[in-house]
Amino acid sequence: MSGTGTRLAVVPSRMTLQQMKAKLAGATKGHSMLKKKSDALLVRFRSILKDIMEQKTAAGDQSKDSMLSLALAKYTFGEELKYVVMENVSEPANKIKLTPDNVAGVMIPAFATYQESAATGGLGSNAKDPSQRGGTLTGLSKGGQQVSEARESFQKSLLMLISLASLQTAFIILDLAIKLTNRRVNALENVVKPRINNTISYIISELDELEREEFFRLKLIQNKKDRERRIKEAEEMKHRDERAKSALGGFDNAHFQKESLIGAATGGEDADVIF
Amino acid sequence: MSKNKIVNREGGYLVAVIGDEDTVTGFLMAGVGKKDAKQSNYFVVSSKETPLQAIEEAFIGFTNRDDIAIILINQFIANQIRHVVNNFQKPVPAILEIPSKEHPYQPSKDSILQRVRNMLGNTD
Repeated sequence: MSGTGTRLAVVPSRMTLQQMKAKLAGATKGHSMLKKKSDALLVRFRSILKDIMEQKTAAGDQSKDSMLSLALAKYTFGEELKYVVMENVSEPANKIKLTPDNVAGVMIPAFATYQESAATGGLGSNAKDPSQRGGTLTGLSKGGQQVSEARESFQKSLLMLISLASLQTAFIILDLAIKLTNRRVNALENVVKPRINNTISYIISELDELEREEFFRLKLIQNKKDRERRIKEAEEMKHRDERAKSALGGFDNAHFQKESLIGAATGGEDADVIF
Repeated sequence: MSKNKIVNREGGYLVAVIGDEDTVTGFLMAGVGKKDAKQSNYFVVSSKETPLQAIEEAFIGFTNRDDIAIILINQFIANQIRHVVNNFQKPVPAILEIPSKEHPYQPSKDSILQRVRNMLGNTD
């Protein structure tokens, strides 16, 4: 009954039984809490899944538009647009800031863009805000409208991609966290708790066994003592009997001797002898 | 999960781009990418002549840098180095596969979308 399943290697005693019971209580509590955490993560996870699908397709459409506007810009500005842009990259205008988001103890970074104020409005590529964009030189000679339209379009798709990146990161982190939490929940449920339960039943059965043994031992000792006492008593009785008999016998003899002595001394029944 | 430390860098994080000329040009106009004297580019232009190994190295280089939060990569390029992209499992930097001009967007190829679809079941 106690040998089934794995159990912790402990000395069966009342103290370890108490310890095991405390452990079981802790495991149960931890199990229920982890289960709640897993549920909370799952709720968040499900809402993210839907958003990802939607945003992915939306971003795909948006970048199609961006490509079209870039083609327009290239058409008006000329093929050298890309060289002009690439040559004049300096400080990035859009930088990413991470803001932590806490979901049931799991930190999820959310990306947000911010414009670096010190960014230089280089040749078209790195204008930092719409008002300054007009002052950049790309497209000064021709196609300025198309170039800035393309830029705006790409900025729009960049923003979409950044929010998509937040979702994607949250997706990966939550996926990991859910797996980890579920693993812990299952480990507690299927390994730790049964093991503690086994240990507890092992300790209880072992303690019962000890108690029975102790009872049996006491009974045995009692019986033995009883028997010894009875033997002793019997012996004593016999001894007393014997002594009594022997004492009586001696007395009888003496008595007889005494009587005979008296008889001898007095010389039989002499009525004149007075004691 | 205390391992996910979220610390904002002093200068903020950057967006890196790996793509064909048009994609890179567009996103550079939108204001990502950085170029300075000592550090390598934050954008990689790949054409048909660019060897795969160079793209792989660039991708791995980007993922190992701590100042990049998002990597934009053209989907057809990601397909070429799919094993490297799939091997990368960390949450940050986030890898986003974007369509390019010649290659329409295929949601089925996206490594993240594949996982999403697996979890949602058959949505479409």
